Amino acid sequence: MAQTIRFPRLPLFPALTVLVLLGPVAAGLWGTVLPAFGHLPAAGQTGPSLDAFRALFDWPGIGPAVRLSVVTGLVAALLSLCITVLILAGWAGTRGFRVLERLLSPFLSVPHAAAAFGLAFLIAPSGWIARLFSPWLTGWDRPPDLLILNDPWGITLTLGMVMKEVPFLLLMSIAALGQIDGRRRLALSRSMGYGRIAAWVFAVFPAVYARIRLPVLVVQTWSMSVVDMAVILGPSTPPTLSVQIVRWMSDPDLAFRLQAAAAALVQLALVIGAVGVWFVGEKLVARLACMRIETGRRGHRDRPWRITGFAFGTVISASLLLGLLSLAVWSVAGFWSFPDLIPDHVTSRNWMRHRAGSLDALWETALIAGIAVAIGMILTIGCLETEHRRNLRLTQRGMWLIYLPLIVPQTAFLPGLQTLFLGFGLDMGRTPVVLVHLVFVLPYLRLSLEGPWKSWDVRQATVAAALGASEGRVLWRIRLPMLLAPLLTAMAVGIAVSVGQYLPTLLVGGGRVETLTTEAVALASGGDRRAIGVFGLMQTAAALLPFALALALPALIWRNRKGLLHV
Amino acid sequence: MSDGLRLEQVKITRDGKPLLSIDTHVAPGEVLTVMGPSGVGKSTLLSAIIGTLSQEFALSGQIILNGRDLSGLPPDERCVGILFQDALLFPHLSVGANLAFGLAQGGTRAARRAKIDAGLAEVGLTGFASRDPATLSGGQRARVALMRMLLSEPHALLLDEPFSGLDAELRGQVRQLVFDHARARGLPVLLVTHDQADADAADGPVVTLK
Repeated sequence: MAQTIRFPRLPLFPALTVLVLLGPVAAGLWGTVLPAFGHLPAAGQTGPSLDAFRALFDWPGIGPAVRLSVVTGLVAALLSLCITVLILAGWAGTRGFRVLERLLSPFLSVPHAAAAFGLAFLIAPSGWIARLFSPWLTGWDRPPDLLILNDPWGITLTLGMVMKEVPFLLLMSIAALGQIDGRRRLALSRSMGYGRIAAWVFAVFPAVYARIRLPVLVVQTWSMSVVDMAVILGPSTPPTLSVQIVRWMSDPDLAFRLQAAAAALVQLALVIGAVGVWFVGEKLVARLACMRIETGRRGHRDRPWRITGFAFGTVISASLLLGLLSLAVWSVAGFWSFPDLIPDHVTSRNWMRHRAGSLDALWETALIAGIAVAIGMILTIGCLETEHRRNLRLTQRGMWLIYLPLIVPQTAFLPGLQTLFLGFGLDMGRTPVVLVHLVFVLPYLRLSLEGPWKSWDVRQATVAAALGASEGRVLWRIRLPMLLAPLLTAMAVGIAVSVGQYLPTLLVGGGRVETLTTEAVALASGGDRRAIGVFGLMQTAAALLPFALALALPALIWRNRKGLLHV
Repeated sequence: MSDGLRLEQVKITRDGKPLLSIDTHVAPGEVLTVMGPSGVGKSTLLSAIIGTLSQEFALSGQIILNGRDLSGLPPDERCVGILFQDALLFPHLSVGANLAFGLAQGGTRAARRAKIDAGLAEVGLTGFASRDPATLSGGQRARVALMRMLLSEPHALLLDEPFSGLDAELRGQVRQLVFDHARARGLPVLLVTHDQADADAADGPVVTLK
């Protein structure tokens, strides 16, 4: 009897993937709960006790820190969503929109830290915008004494977050628009007399929102708990709750870890509460929209709104672009006095000075990203192939699972993970950092491969099987080569995600793993703009170059295979 | 001024290459059938009339509805209604809210509700206002879509193969219903189809695009 080699009975890859996704989150939360309730043997504490919470609430900064986290987070998420809707409602499907889309998509992978530094270099009192208008308009011949960066209300922080979130939500919405018949819905509503924005908002947006709800949640929890951007752009006394958690975690006095753990639980509760508020808000907005629809008002004269949407899109692209440009200029700046627009002379000295340090960090960054993405790709392709062979489909619950590591705030479970490692006497360093990066890389690999993998014509497999090819042969010789372009794009996305990770590298690496991102963020307090320029630019390049390769390689490899280009 | 829909020397080019040309007049209450194989640009013609032509196309000539030149007007100011093959009822709104979306603005809440109920009754769907569109049959969906469009008080009606998704028996009924309502309102109708039976039922002039 001929034995055929079958896939193992236990769905190996899905099981492993779930373990990799959930394990660190669950362990990290456990490692947070214990010290929060006074149990930390490493610091000579055995619980349970509520001392950590008492100490936390006795800290005078707790009120402002909580308020900052909640307000900046919610405002940034709401503002980003509104701007996204305004741009889409006014312009989706037009030529101008395609220009905007092409402008914004590369920025998606620019690391948060680099984008934040770029914005800082633009709007700081000595930044490019002030230089542009000085002294002829403002009369300033030296930088004004204005607290623009790190302002106590977190306005700059909010702007920085919006700048990064709008491209993300826009591209997610564009993907969703491809799945619904947006064009005809819009045409139908307009033929009934609705203005463009009203037609899009009432007839198309509900279907889009249903598909981008999880990304919107990601944006919301991310903006409430972000650390790297808040260190660079946010206020410092007190900072947002998440930044304070990281400060306590890096205090040499282990007793502060109890307080940090308690704060991490508060952070988690805040995010859960805010998500609840958001859900109620969704219902309320839907209600209001239905009431408005009942009136049949057509919403003509929406031209000012359309222009506003386009202006937002332009300002966001321009500030991202000019921000990166200012990083580049600072990295080669010699003497540069205010209010000159460009430095007196250009020098390679900054690059020479940071050569050794930045190359070491680049190597570390590349190594971590490379290993994490390689493991991630094996798991993701393994999962997709298992689902294909067993005819399984990803359910809504499965989708939540994939998004889970992105929705649970990083500051809620990463401190716990570090504490656990410490408790078990495990050495912190590169290996755990790779594993934690994997947690954040996996969801993005899956999200970017899902579409191309599922839209591959399965009849190709049937044809190959009829020719006698085994399942493995079909996978390796037919499916993967045909999907080369999307596979490379997914890897580029994964690398960009890994390159941009700050908190996982810092906390799980125990401060000893130095990547471009940790080095760059560490420079924030020093204010050495030339060094920031060098590291910020290298960080951006590390995230963007893989995308260039992902575009170039398939075109090169399949240059004689027209049917495989533009897949 | 009720003059119907005039397409005067209408020519559409795609990336500079001529796609179709048509010169015709649809009187109020008349159904003009436009036929032709797929890819000949039938739907493009409809896009040109409702004003959603994409940018690779260029339009010359004049589209005049009841004496008003539509060229250059945005779609929402043209007063041209369209029905597609799918009913495209909005799944997030109840049947009644779908009709409310179409119903021309103005009037008190009660008056609007009454109009919606009357509209439902007119297509034999009394009491369906609170239903989820997803629970309707294909024929019911088509009737709601028709009434939604009519409530927006268009001055002309375009039909983009609206019956081809229905089975044979239903098709005749819905077709008759649409034509009857359009005639009763004196609307010029432009029907795009590749089904000869549609053209026969329309009982009007036929233009074949090549």
